[in-house]
Amino acid sequence: MKRLAWTTVAATALAAATPALATDVKLGVLNDQSGVYADLSGQGSVVAARMAVEDFDAEAKGINVEIISADHQNKPDIASNIARQWYDQDNVDVILDVPTSSTALAVADVTAEFNKIFINSGAATSDLTRANCQPTTIHWTYDTAALANGTGKAVTEAGGDTWFFLTADYAFGHALERDTTAVVEANGGEVLGSVAHPFPGTDFSSFLLQAQASGAKVIGLANAGADTVNSIKQAAEFGIVQAGQKLAGLLLFINNVHSLGAETAQGLQMTTAFYWDQNDGTREFSERFQAEVGAPPSMVQAGVYAGTLHYLKAVEAVGSNDSEAIVAKMKEMETDDALFGKGYIRKDGRVIHDMYLMEVKAPDESTGEWDLLKQVSTISGEDAFLPMEDGGCAFALAE
Amino acid sequence: MSTSENTKVALPAMTHTVGMPRHQKIIFVLLLGVLLALPFMVYPVFAMKVLCFALFACAFNLLLGFGGLLSFGHAAYFGMASYVCAHAAKVWGLTPELAILAGTATAALLGLVIGSLAIRRQGIYFAMVTLAFAQMVYFFALQAEFTGGEDGIQSVPRNDLLGMFPMSDDLTFYFFVLAITYGGILFIYRITHSPFGQVLKSIRENEPRAVSLGYRVNRYKLMVFVLSATFAGLAGATKSQVFHLASLTDVHWTMSGEVVLMTLLGGMGTVLGPIVGAAVVVTMQNYLAYLGAWVTVIQGCIFVVGVLLFREGIIGVLSRILKKPL
Amino acid sequence: MFELLGIPPQVLMGQLLIGLINGSFYAVLSLGLAVIFGLLNIINFAHGAQYMMGAFVSWMLLNYLGIGYWPALILAPLVVGAIGIVLERTMISRLYKLDHLYGLLLTFGLALIIQGLFRNYYGVSGLPYAIPPALQGGQNLGFMFLPNYRGWVIVASVIVCFGTWFMIEKTRLGSYLRAATENPELVGAFGINVPRMITLTYGFGVGLAAFAGVLAAPIYSVNPNMGADLIIVVFAVVVIGGMGSIMGAILTGFGLGIIEGLTRVFYPEGSAVVIFVIMAIVLMIKPEGLFGNTA
Repeated sequence: MKRLAWTTVAATALAAATPALATDVKLGVLNDQSGVYADLSGQGSVVAARMAVEDFDAEAKGINVEIISADHQNKPDIASNIARQWYDQDNVDVILDVPTSSTALAVADVTAEFNKIFINSGAATSDLTRANCQPTTIHWTYDTAALANGTGKAVTEAGGDTWFFLTADYAFGHALERDTTAVVEANGGEVLGSVAHPFPGTDFSSFLLQAQASGAKVIGLANAGADTVNSIKQAAEFGIVQAGQKLAGLLLFINNVHSLGAETAQGLQMTTAFYWDQNDGTREFSERFQAEVGAPPSMVQAGVYAGTLHYLKAVEAVGSNDSEAIVAKMKEMETDDALFGKGYIRKDGRVIHDMYLMEVKAPDESTGEWDLLKQVSTISGEDAFLPMEDGGCAFALAE
Repeated sequence: MSTSENTKVALPAMTHTVGMPRHQKIIFVLLLGVLLALPFMVYPVFAMKVLCFALFACAFNLLLGFGGLLSFGHAAYFGMASYVCAHAAKVWGLTPELAILAGTATAALLGLVIGSLAIRRQGIYFAMVTLAFAQMVYFFALQAEFTGGEDGIQSVPRNDLLGMFPMSDDLTFYFFVLAITYGGILFIYRITHSPFGQVLKSIRENEPRAVSLGYRVNRYKLMVFVLSATFAGLAGATKSQVFHLASLTDVHWTMSGEVVLMTLLGGMGTVLGPIVGAAVVVTMQNYLAYLGAWVTVIQGCIFVVGVLLFREGIIGVLSRILKKPL
Repeated sequence: MFELLGIPPQVLMGQLLIGLINGSFYAVLSLGLAVIFGLLNIINFAHGAQYMMGAFVSWMLLNYLGIGYWPALILAPLVVGAIGIVLERTMISRLYKLDHLYGLLLTFGLALIIQGLFRNYYGVSGLPYAIPPALQGGQNLGFMFLPNYRGWVIVASVIVCFGTWFMIEKTRLGSYLRAATENPELVGAFGINVPRMITLTYGFGVGLAAFAGVLAAPIYSVNPNMGADLIIVVFAVVVIGGMGSIMGAILTGFGLGIIEGLTRVFYPEGSAVVIFVIMAIVLMIKPEGLFGNTA
């Protein structure tokens, strides 16, 4: 499948500058370029990968990097076809990003079959490092367990001890509900019920009324993208929040908050792995990124940058594009970059780094179009992600 | 409120003779030659995709072009067969030929159930009944445990053929797929050019007359419906082995629309039309995909231009120019 | 206080009302489809795309020309209806003598083109369109909080639906239309310009779709795909009501909205498929539809 948007980055290094040592690697950014997740991954992720190559100065270190990208349209069949063709025909070494759980699981399997490397940033499902884990998968940015441990725990501890879930009726929605339920119950809360809505949905009023009738203090939105945005909007329309219930968007991206507007979204809490305005490092990167893309990076795009950077470090250390050696090196080396700080990669492929609980600013607190969030607390990586022992990743536990 | 049930679908003039005319023999031999060389020219997986969709379109054409019945729910058989085949190969560990057989049998059974209800209706009502059932099948695929919902059935293994011959190499598997699809297409050709096919043609042209001639029309209709569903299932089952995957895309109603497009574009009621139509559509989806949403626009334009100017399709037009049924 | 299958009556009332709101959209959309089918014999598969255009035109009027919701309610259907008239004159009118299939395929193709173009220019994330100030807020009905705008949706669609029914079934113009579908030559012989009447009818049906689009703009996000899946649901509504039956389309639209709403309480996952189950049953038992005449 030639969904090609060839972006040759550092094509041919001068033979004189890099003698026989040069390593060629090819990165494939596979994500949603036209659908609901195009804004938070899409071309922005391609730009992020390219910036990582430039910042690493790969060429000078004898690594020739080529980046290609394609649109998987959020369909697992298309994703697996492209991945197969990339590995089989186009000699791609590593696939990056891949938002949505179903496509990510498909690419993880294909990658294992070809023994290449898959660095996921966009997908949420914690199954990538649990039941469906693969030795060749690295899951960078976030997962459903971390989201639950962030928002779910914070909201429950703040007194929201009865929950009702509005769940998108597909794998991701159910995984998010499952992981959040575990966290709510572990913190002394109670789940009163849930309703699964068809995915994608347009009208959520009926489900919102059921949530209202449950009398739960918190309505947990176990959905994503446009579904979450519409649920929040319609909850405002039906006066759900004014009537005293609290909404908890379990997966919200900065782009969603932006499209909701601070007026509607203010006060919402969300868990994120990255926010552009955290420190000098993130601000410096985001400024360069925004100049090219037009919006600051989402946590998914930030994860693509960090993952690419770490991969290139491992390639340099190994000195070849041997997948097994590179993965081993990546898991051995500490991760360290300007966006996520220091962290490490567990044996099961889970990247452990801090997560942050954020709150959407009120309109009068916000000083700019994208000045939308303020930090409430930091959740250490060990607390945020599910311990490997509980994850059930067979090959990691066997060793 | 009148209905135009009697204004029939325009079809190229066909003079069916039992037995294959010489020029058609040549075409089938040439076609085989092209298909044998294809995997050495293009990516074998892409070539297999073309084959699967060619068979799917031929199966659909059997119903529309020769039976005169427009089904708007053929994705149900295609998709359900691909699920069952994938499940059989992955969970039960069946060999490819048995897994494909299981998928095909499921499609046949499904075709029998839906067909026996749907053929009681005609024209647009027939199309609507098939759509309604296809939507229910889609819903089943979305909710059932074994189909994996949104994820589909992934990493479907390609076991050894007959338990002996490894099939994991795409080039090797291509020739197995070629044998299935080419055999299927030949079989469909044989059906349409048999006495059974002639009766179908008479039903399509004038149903009351066929009834008055003593044919049990509904039985013929059901038979062609089941055959069409079976071959659609064969195509779907094979596809899931090709791609190691069965997913919701295959049961969604847009897939039903796509097969209409392929058949219409190639020329319904012709032998080669669906094959050409499928090849064009699949190629377009693959090689124009970088254009993103423009692909939909181009597809739409093909529909519009096709309906307004070339109702006979590519092969239909060719066949008229050459004055030979193709 | 009694409970029905474990659902308290207040909740049930609320769900019925919400079903009625969704039914309003089905009614207006299926009405347009039924008018077009009844008088032109064309299955207008572009109806969903035209509904989407209605929402987009009102968004464009606001953002490019500063024209607000109320004028858009009239203007957007006129604009989209005019586009429909162009399509009818240039393409659809060539197909009247052919099988239904071709009309369906042509309009399906048109829908793909329209949706593809909007997706290219506006993306799929959806564009915001605010509820007009006069209709913000809501009423507490005791059993639920009814946003004013949703109440307005019911009122507006009931007026439009029954207005259309009255025009077609009870006025002189409507009788010409009905006569023209029965026997166009004869009506033409009375000096009535039948082709023009048919063209205007198509424009009117398309305008109804656009009207529903404007109604939808403030509550659902304005999105190129908003009509893509809706079309087959609305189509099912028309089939259930009886193809070409005006009153059938209206009553079935409201009725199925309510049934779908109830499904969302008792079996929420099934709410996407319940209409097709009903369609299959109706087609098996009474193929001419619930309100269709046995032609």
